[in-house]
Amino acid sequence: MSKIHVTATVNGDPVEFLADPRETLLDALRNHLDLTGTKEGCGTGDCGACSVTVDGTLVCSCLMLAAEANGKRVETIEGMAKEELHPLQRKFIEHAALQCGFCTPGILVAAKALLERNPDPTDTEIRYWLAGNLCRCTGYDKIVRAVQDAAAEMRQDHRGAA
Amino acid sequence: MRYHTPTTFQDAAAIAAASTGTLRFLAGGTDVLVQMRAGMVQPDDLIDLKHIPGVDRIEKTPEGGWRIGVAVPGIVLGAHKELVRDWPGVVEGMNLVGSTQVQGRATLAGNLCNGSPAADSVPGLFAAGAVVTVTGPKGSRDIPVEQVPVGPGRTSLAKGEVISAITLPPRAKNGGDAYLRFIPRTEMDIAVVGCAVNLRLDGDRVAEARVALGAVAPTVILSEACAQAIIGTTLDDAALAALAKAAKGAAKPISDKRGTKEFRIEVAGVLARRAARIAYDRAKGMKA
Amino acid sequence: MARDDVKTGYKLIGTRPNRPDGLDKVTGRARYGADFSLPGMLWAAVVRSPHAHARIVKIDASKALALEGVKAVVTRADLPTGLTGEDLNLQDNTLAGDRALYDGHAVAAVAATSQLLAQDAARLIEVEYEVLPHVTDVDAAIAPDAPVIRPGVADYSVPEGMHGNVARYMEFGHGDVEAGFAAADVVREHTYRTEATHQGYIEPHAAVGQLGEDGRGEMWVCTQGHWYIRRMSAAVLGIEAANLRVTPSEIGGGFGGKTTIFMEPLTLALSKKAGGRPVKLVMSRSEVLRATGPTASASMDVKIGMKKDGTITAGQVYFRMQGGAFPGMSPIGEALPCAFACYDIPALKHEGIEIITNRPKAAAYRAPGSPMAAFAVESMIDELCRELNLDPIEVRLKNGAKNGSKSSYGPVYDVIGLQETLQAARAHPNYSIPLGPNQGRGVASGFWFNHGGETSVSLAIGEDGTATVSVGTPDIGGSRASIGLMVAEHLGIPYENVRVNVVETGALGVNEPTHGSRATFASGKAAIEAANQAIREMCRRAAAEWGIEPEAVEWRDGAAHPAGPNAGKHPPMTIGEIGAKMGSTGGPISGHHEVTAGGYGASFGTHVVDVEVDPETGRTTVLRYLVVQDAGTAIHPAYVEGQYQGGAAQGIGWALNEEYIYGPDGRLQNPVFLDYRIPVASDLPMIDTVIIEVPNPGHPYGVRGVGETGITPPLPAIASAIAGATGVRIRSLPCSPPKVLAAIKAAKG
Repeated sequence: MSKIHVTATVNGDPVEFLADPRETLLDALRNHLDLTGTKEGCGTGDCGACSVTVDGTLVCSCLMLAAEANGKRVETIEGMAKEELHPLQRKFIEHAALQCGFCTPGILVAAKALLERNPDPTDTEIRYWLAGNLCRCTGYDKIVRAVQDAAAEMRQDHRGAA
Repeated sequence: MRYHTPTTFQDAAAIAAASTGTLRFLAGGTDVLVQMRAGMVQPDDLIDLKHIPGVDRIEKTPEGGWRIGVAVPGIVLGAHKELVRDWPGVVEGMNLVGSTQVQGRATLAGNLCNGSPAADSVPGLFAAGAVVTVTGPKGSRDIPVEQVPVGPGRTSLAKGEVISAITLPPRAKNGGDAYLRFIPRTEMDIAVVGCAVNLRLDGDRVAEARVALGAVAPTVILSEACAQAIIGTTLDDAALAALAKAAKGAAKPISDKRGTKEFRIEVAGVLARRAARIAYDRAKGMKA
Repeated sequence: MARDDVKTGYKLIGTRPNRPDGLDKVTGRARYGADFSLPGMLWAAVVRSPHAHARIVKIDASKALALEGVKAVVTRADLPTGLTGEDLNLQDNTLAGDRALYDGHAVAAVAATSQLLAQDAARLIEVEYEVLPHVTDVDAAIAPDAPVIRPGVADYSVPEGMHGNVARYMEFGHGDVEAGFAAADVVREHTYRTEATHQGYIEPHAAVGQLGEDGRGEMWVCTQGHWYIRRMSAAVLGIEAANLRVTPSEIGGGFGGKTTIFMEPLTLALSKKAGGRPVKLVMSRSEVLRATGPTASASMDVKIGMKKDGTITAGQVYFRMQGGAFPGMSPIGEALPCAFACYDIPALKHEGIEIITNRPKAAAYRAPGSPMAAFAVESMIDELCRELNLDPIEVRLKNGAKNGSKSSYGPVYDVIGLQETLQAARAHPNYSIPLGPNQGRGVASGFWFNHGGETSVSLAIGEDGTATVSVGTPDIGGSRASIGLMVAEHLGIPYENVRVNVVETGALGVNEPTHGSRATFASGKAAIEAANQAIREMCRRAAAEWGIEPEAVEWRDGAAHPAGPNAGKHPPMTIGEIGAKMGSTGGPISGHHEVTAGGYGASFGTHVVDVEVDPETGRTTVLRYLVVQDAGTAIHPAYVEGQYQGGAAQGIGWALNEEYIYGPDGRLQNPVFLDYRIPVASDLPMIDTVIIEVPNPGHPYGVRGVGETGITPPLPAIASAIAGATGVRIRSLPCSPPKVLAAIKAAKG
């Protein structure tokens, strides 16, 4: 079976790899690029553990072929922290918003996408935005609080910078 | 599996017509990839339509309607203010499909072609009177959206044919539409029952109406009886009761893991009433 | 007593520092089961039975083996014979023998050079089946016409004349129940049912295994207990457990479901056949749901007598539970003792049977058996409270177990906190918020035994005055943080100076899994004992330097201090000073402790939930939720709250929407998260918590396990709240909208 040459930008780095046409972006990230922070929880778009952004849009990387990523800009959990942790990452630790931590990368990527669109979401908006990110450990309570706290801090920083 | 990236619908149709094995078109991929992953489908040819210019665009037609490209994902539909103003019911149906992540990929055309009677965006398209452009080896034709699905997972499209656009008619003055579905959770479920209502008012009276029901028959259905129950009325309690009765009468569901037959019939009536009320309020220019 | 009222005098215990593994887990660096890879690694896939019950006539792997890149196929014929008891059950479940016993039962496995290739190869393995009659429902399985699935499965406990699918029988009780019922003003009797649910951890099972010709191997695996994985895998493959080294990955949730093996030994069997190349096997979600640990489904008869003043005079239960196609897997032995564990009732009778069905081999799920038992008994008590117009908390305070009560299952309770949870629930604002139309409030209490178990811990003092603790209980929900806090408190050093590592099977003696709410309790208790040993040694080193007797040295605030009349005056010698020169004062300083930990202390909680039910659709919305539970001492309160909230969320899912749905063909109809409906973020409100602290006398810092009780009360509490909102009682979970709507319509007539 002939493979497809894929060139993309992942977390700002140029990457290229050969993908089986059936391989998903999730498979490619994990198995070709060793970016195992993106998780597979279901493979059917129902759990959100594989959340990444592609050209700025939040998607499930299990629902996209690796070949479709050709020429695209992909951001994963591994690209979230720069020199310092992203406020969401820090607040998740401080609020104990993770227990097993397996859903955490997907939830952080999804929450970051939310705050970029809506810097001041209500609890309900957070819950509906994250409805596709299953967490079995926390009951979501501390996750919602951590997102709110990070959003508040980011708004503060934004005002401080303006 | 061969992965194709044609740049015209004519090329896509030609590849499809020439395919001798299992064929799938790829737009958002949120159904096809799930089926591939589950081993339900092993395509020999997968035709990605996203390299065709214009498939990601929403354009106003000369008549004042909207022509929606086959690769426009839900999140883009939802962010299009003018489209949402004209066809809130159609957009809210599409936006109920899956998660935020799925909205980043899933498309109206894909939801329609998947052929599920429970597809959330399809009742809205039926009620709106959407027109589907189908391109095949012999060229393109326009058909009413109701003619596309013919059974669970099946469409009327012939081999080599592909949907190349979906067009919504111009929004009539004093018109409004709405879609409601019933699911056990708040998100992430397949509709157990869905109902879309599109209507136009003349003063306080319903002048025209189209009512579509989802997940209560082998395909989404358009119910003339439901429309007749409210046309000419002010959508008073008697009209709503008649509508609910008509919706229950139109529903011919099965019992399955998502709901019983009796439940679906009952809730079809409830949703028809509630959706009609929202559509009416929208037509009146009230917030809903 | 709320946490604020307790004067503990602790410096660190009760604070909320960042967990040590937090950074790795928010950056994607933490390595879970599927994140390991090794040079030369192959990928595996499993062929599974599409039939609920079938004789395996023939397996033909020739087409698969002919594919380029396919390296090995294993079937049952490759595994040793002669196993007995639970080892045989484990082997039977790893790969079917002559019969596939449930939809999803593994039949063969294949290893190839890529995951896609392995999956392609699996599809090419041809299995010929002869389909046999099946049964999946717990009550249908003991109907006279039900096929006997495993002839001869009954153990010694099963009385003559019971159906051939009954594997176990239990009974116990005390007092005269007939006299008790006669003394009651109201006696009610009903049958309650719960459907099987899955633990629903988001991380599918995954393992990388390597086994050489010499019978020595290694495995990297996501598990709650790697010594269990080692013992069970070795037994299934007929190799020496000592020759297998198992390293746990980070674990993406378990809730009891990762305390046993499912496909793990297949990685080793395939590796050996593939010349010792490592083999990785990762389950898909549908494999997880079809073939790994769901819990039991249950059908339960309950009879309770109550006086008009709320006094419970007698109780009687008969539970029927199925745990799949293997004996010993239903939690009947836990469900019965849990049934009335919250109460002190003069006359009780418990009976129960375990039933075999064509369903997957059940595994433990958070407080195994207790949620079902609570659904039956707590629902019935709520029904009686509503009938007699009594406050459900007052009735529980009146009949509830107290310190020194003889438990319903025999032992006498030591110091317990049930009454405190009831008082706190009654005093909480949620209990007096007025309810609107179509709204209802439900109350229920819950119990879990807790557990100690085999535990082995090491602690080493560093040259820099830090302490490194090695534990064998994988950290699922913050146990590194809680154990670190206790050790830091005990040594008198900063929390940041303690590092807690979860280590592999070669590094410690046997540890039971992180199960039974034991990790913080038992590994913590052993770590404190290990710290004591290190402290004694550090005091000896200081004493030697000061030229005094070790008994004249005491340890406090992270330093040795001279103490007593003859100790003389010496400046304190800190752990850092002692560590820095330990190489020249006698060598490394460490502590070690092994124990089968006792004194774990029972756990009780009380929940209050408000719901609103849409009378036209039967859909239930949870408006507010309160968990009150006794933690003994909350070491890291944020993670205690997390356990309460997570348990409640799982219980809410069980009560409202989660269920295993089998078709008439015996196939699981909802093996995907789309239709196995666990709660999503928008389904739930904030979950309020009150941590009660009634210190457990069996632990140096008063710890009780907190992980499990929280899943127990939601089942009855939600059903009771729905009864309050609608006037109809749902006695069969889940309270799904079609069921609730049908009940509402039936009640209207």
